[in-house]
Amino acid sequence: MSNPQQLRYSKEHEWLSGADDNGVSTVGITEFAANALGDVVYAQLPEVGSTVEAGETCGELESTKSVSDLYSPVTGEVTAVNENVVDDPSLVNSEPFEGGWLFKVRVTDEPADLLSADEYDAHTAG
Amino acid sequence: MSSTELRHTALDAVHRSLGATMTDFAGWDMPLRYGSERDEHVAVRTKAGLFDLSHMGEITVTGPEAADFLNMALVGNIASIGVGRARYTMIVQADGGILDDLIVYRLAETEYMVVANASNAQVVLDALDERSGGLDVEVRDDRDAYALIAVQGPASPGILKSLTDADLDGLKYYAGLPGTVAGVPALIARTGYTGEDGFELFVKPEHAVELWQALTKAGEGVGLVPCGLSCRDTLRLEAGMPLYGHELNTSLTPFDAGLGRVVKFEKEGDFVGRAALVEAAARAEQNPPRVLVGLVAEGRRVPRAGYSVVAGGEVIGEVTSGAPSPTLGKPIAMAYVDAAHAAPGTEGVGVDIRGTHEPFEVVALPFYKRQK
Repeated sequence: MSNPQQLRYSKEHEWLSGADDNGVSTVGITEFAANALGDVVYAQLPEVGSTVEAGETCGELESTKSVSDLYSPVTGEVTAVNENVVDDPSLVNSEPFEGGWLFKVRVTDEPADLLSADEYDAHTAG
Repeated sequence: MSSTELRHTALDAVHRSLGATMTDFAGWDMPLRYGSERDEHVAVRTKAGLFDLSHMGEITVTGPEAADFLNMALVGNIASIGVGRARYTMIVQADGGILDDLIVYRLAETEYMVVANASNAQVVLDALDERSGGLDVEVRDDRDAYALIAVQGPASPGILKSLTDADLDGLKYYAGLPGTVAGVPALIARTGYTGEDGFELFVKPEHAVELWQALTKAGEGVGLVPCGLSCRDTLRLEAGMPLYGHELNTSLTPFDAGLGRVVKFEKEGDFVGRAALVEAAARAEQNPPRVLVGLVAEGRRVPRAGYSVVAGGEVIGEVTSGAPSPTLGKPIAMAYVDAAHAAPGTEGVGVDIRGTHEPFEVVALPFYKRQK
């Protein structure tokens, strides 16, 4: 498994893309997290227009065996959610870094401890 | 529990080479899944799946009084099992509380194999030891004498036939016969815990890898895949089969669990729990405390064991097992609910899923029954 170099990562296993021209970043969960969950069968995502807080729960991902909270890696306003994942949660397993993205957020604040791909590799190696 | 204390099956290296996600199950390091548990589930329903079940607890009972002893120690009529046949039964406490559910195979006139759940094997062994006092029987702990490999699914007879000369067509559901599979001596049993046709192969641990590889090769062309305990759980849940620690425990009698049919009052002689079970049977008939039902979700959130079943704002029961059902495409659950809300089609029943009351349909069990 390889974690894309251009993304940054939270210790709770979310990834965050760089901001686009409108200051909007995309959030998803890592392949490591998707593998640990098993088949995702239900995704509850934050509402468009709501504010998410870094390190706070903003939804849930349910798999065959368990339910896990979804944490936002940054603070900001949700500008879009991935309706494809709501309709077909297995995208989180099959394309965690691409078609399985979860939501987009206009970042107003981000914690200092987001990890680089290499740092996240080390974080999950233990 | 640290990993050094976990027990490993004879197939441990095989699971690791297949990239299995492992889990601690009753003190055993067992495969949870190899890839997608949903794909594994579907393979068993439509083709075939290969399971390592070596954690199950085998106990051999031999001796001239073996049949009478098991009739006294268990709730079923064990003496009436024909040689080469098997039966689903239970062992209860004197108060009728379920200690475990079991499959008993009669291997010979005076030899039985009792297969207990991994989590209860020691409890069952201790109870059988204690109950055997004064009788001409030997109760032997054979947990380390067997590895157990299951092949389950509609393609399983074809796969097995290519590896054995044993008369599989003559081997009925819940029967077992000694034979040779892929050159390995095995007890071949037509049993399982998936709701599909299938076989369980009890072999010596030193033969397990060889047999697993032969089955894998024989199943290559027909879609056989290795399967973990995660899909075993959803398969048995769809088939409405109870799991000890979820639908069964020491505070429930077989009658409370809707499984009173396994208790054979008509058999000869007394048996442990008889008096208490007579009362439990009458109570279940006249004034059942709670009834085990099936629930099917109208939404997509999944009920889990321990969640409350609700109706009209009141708690009327508790979920014992829940999972997304690959076959139904919806979340399902088994739950004990008050008798007033137990009839299939009862309106207004929901499950409290982390604070939200989600609507559920009450249905009769099982959720899934294979077409024969």
